[in-house]
Amino acid sequence: MAVIGVSGHSLRIDRIECGGHGVCAELLPELIELDEWGYPILRDTHVTAELLGHARRAVAACPVLAMRLDRVVRQKSGRT
Amino acid sequence: MTSSPTTPASHVLEQPTGPYGTRLLQGWFTTGGAADLDEHLNRYGPPPLSRATGRGSVAPVIRAVEDAGLTGRGGAAFPTGRKLRTVAEGRGPAVVIANGMESEPASHKDETLLDLAPHLVLDGAALAAVAVGAEAVHLCLPRTRHHQIRALGEAVEHRRQRRLDPVPVHVHGLPHYYVSSEETSLVRWLNGGDARPSATPPRPFEKGVDRRPTLVDNVETLAHLALIARYGPAWFRGAGRPDAPGTTLVTLSGAVRTPGVYEVPMGLPLGEMLGTAGGSSQPLGAVLLGGFFGSWLPTDQVMSVPFTKNDLAALGAGPGAGVLVVLPRSACGLAETARVLAYLAANSARQCGPCRFGLPAVAEDFAALARGQADADLSHRLERRVGLLAGRGACRHPDGASRLAATALRAFADDVRHHLLSGPCAAAGGEPVLPVPDASVPQDHEWR
Repeated sequence: MAVIGVSGHSLRIDRIECGGHGVCAELLPELIELDEWGYPILRDTHVTAELLGHARRAVAACPVLAMRLDRVVRQKSGRT
Repeated sequence: MTSSPTTPASHVLEQPTGPYGTRLLQGWFTTGGAADLDEHLNRYGPPPLSRATGRGSVAPVIRAVEDAGLTGRGGAAFPTGRKLRTVAEGRGPAVVIANGMESEPASHKDETLLDLAPHLVLDGAALAAVAVGAEAVHLCLPRTRHHQIRALGEAVEHRRQRRLDPVPVHVHGLPHYYVSSEETSLVRWLNGGDARPSATPPRPFEKGVDRRPTLVDNVETLAHLALIARYGPAWFRGAGRPDAPGTTLVTLSGAVRTPGVYEVPMGLPLGEMLGTAGGSSQPLGAVLLGGFFGSWLPTDQVMSVPFTKNDLAALGAGPGAGVLVVLPRSACGLAETARVLAYLAANSARQCGPCRFGLPAVAEDFAALARGQADADLSHRLERRVGLLAGRGACRHPDGASRLAATALRAFADDVRHHLLSGPCAAAGGEPVLPVPDASVPQDHEWR
């Protein structure tokens, strides 16, 4: 049985660590906006290839390192 | 009831279902008292621990629980068998937590079960421990219930003297705030931290107490497990419906004649469920289904709906921990909801943005609405803020509060208009229906 690995990246926020600094929304406005108190609203956890570079910079820039970029490998059965 | 002539009449194992179809509360309905260890052993015999050992494969009791279709009775209704199997397959020795925290103020079923049939819960914990390869059981209870902590400590000691439990059982009293019963709160407290939720992953089944695979099950779930281990999945499925088998404990309160804890078959229509509590005592307005994290639903929409996860999901609700509060038409649903939201805001762990800012703001808006002191923008602001709570915390606390607020705005839409346009209704200042505890904010050291 053939297995096809479908890979992508997904964004995750540690809500306890997050201090509402707002850097992520500045660097990745395509996916993140802020609520009225400055805490992130994640529009979509899936990060497209075009946004990957921006997402990496946003993760690295978070002053409390509350963001994570997870590699997603979905296993799909190739047998139809 | 028919009985085989070869069966001695006194052999209770042949009649594992008691008066009114009770199972967990059978002993109470038969004797009228709490079951001590002697009575428990007379009725059920010792826990069948041999069925819990897998010897390298899956234990028969895990397969029995899977076949029985038992789901968690703490609120999430997750399939218990799948959780058992996952922890059993985890690496190294496991840990079992029996969750008796019941932080939901409108629920009393866990407290009642632990009072009346403590050894069913402890049997279930012992069977689960052997089935998943655990080296210890931790029973978590609210620190405020002194008598219960003492009683369960004695029950554990009586079992130790008879060598009934294969692993040590520890009884703990934990801080009793709304979010303290969340499974990651229990793990964090047992690991020496605060009884506040942690960020996930890892979930407790992956890395819990002492970084070990940890099974966290509600005490009622474990009591059902203890009966399934003895009487099997077919017996368990003899009550309830194929898609929602077994019985469940519910706490019925508000405008019913005889409020209290009842054991009912899963899938019972809500109207009949209220019938077990003597029916309504006055004209009904709405029901709160699932407790403080639950949903407000207009009474006329729900009476024929069966109590199952799927049927309730169609209404945007869930069984929760079996809480049903009936609000009389004479009460103000907005005032009730405002009190609950103030409590939920105060009892949050204040760790994440939505609980530090969003939830207190929603609670304040709701209080203004209940008092009839809304500004022009309140309606829109409240809608927006309620919509932004869910899915943005480490635990589901903001999600639960959001569901309560959103369903209140829907179920009491007429009242909302009245409160916005003409000030508070006559009922808003009346006697409260929901049992909302003190809404003071815990100090940091009180979480330990």
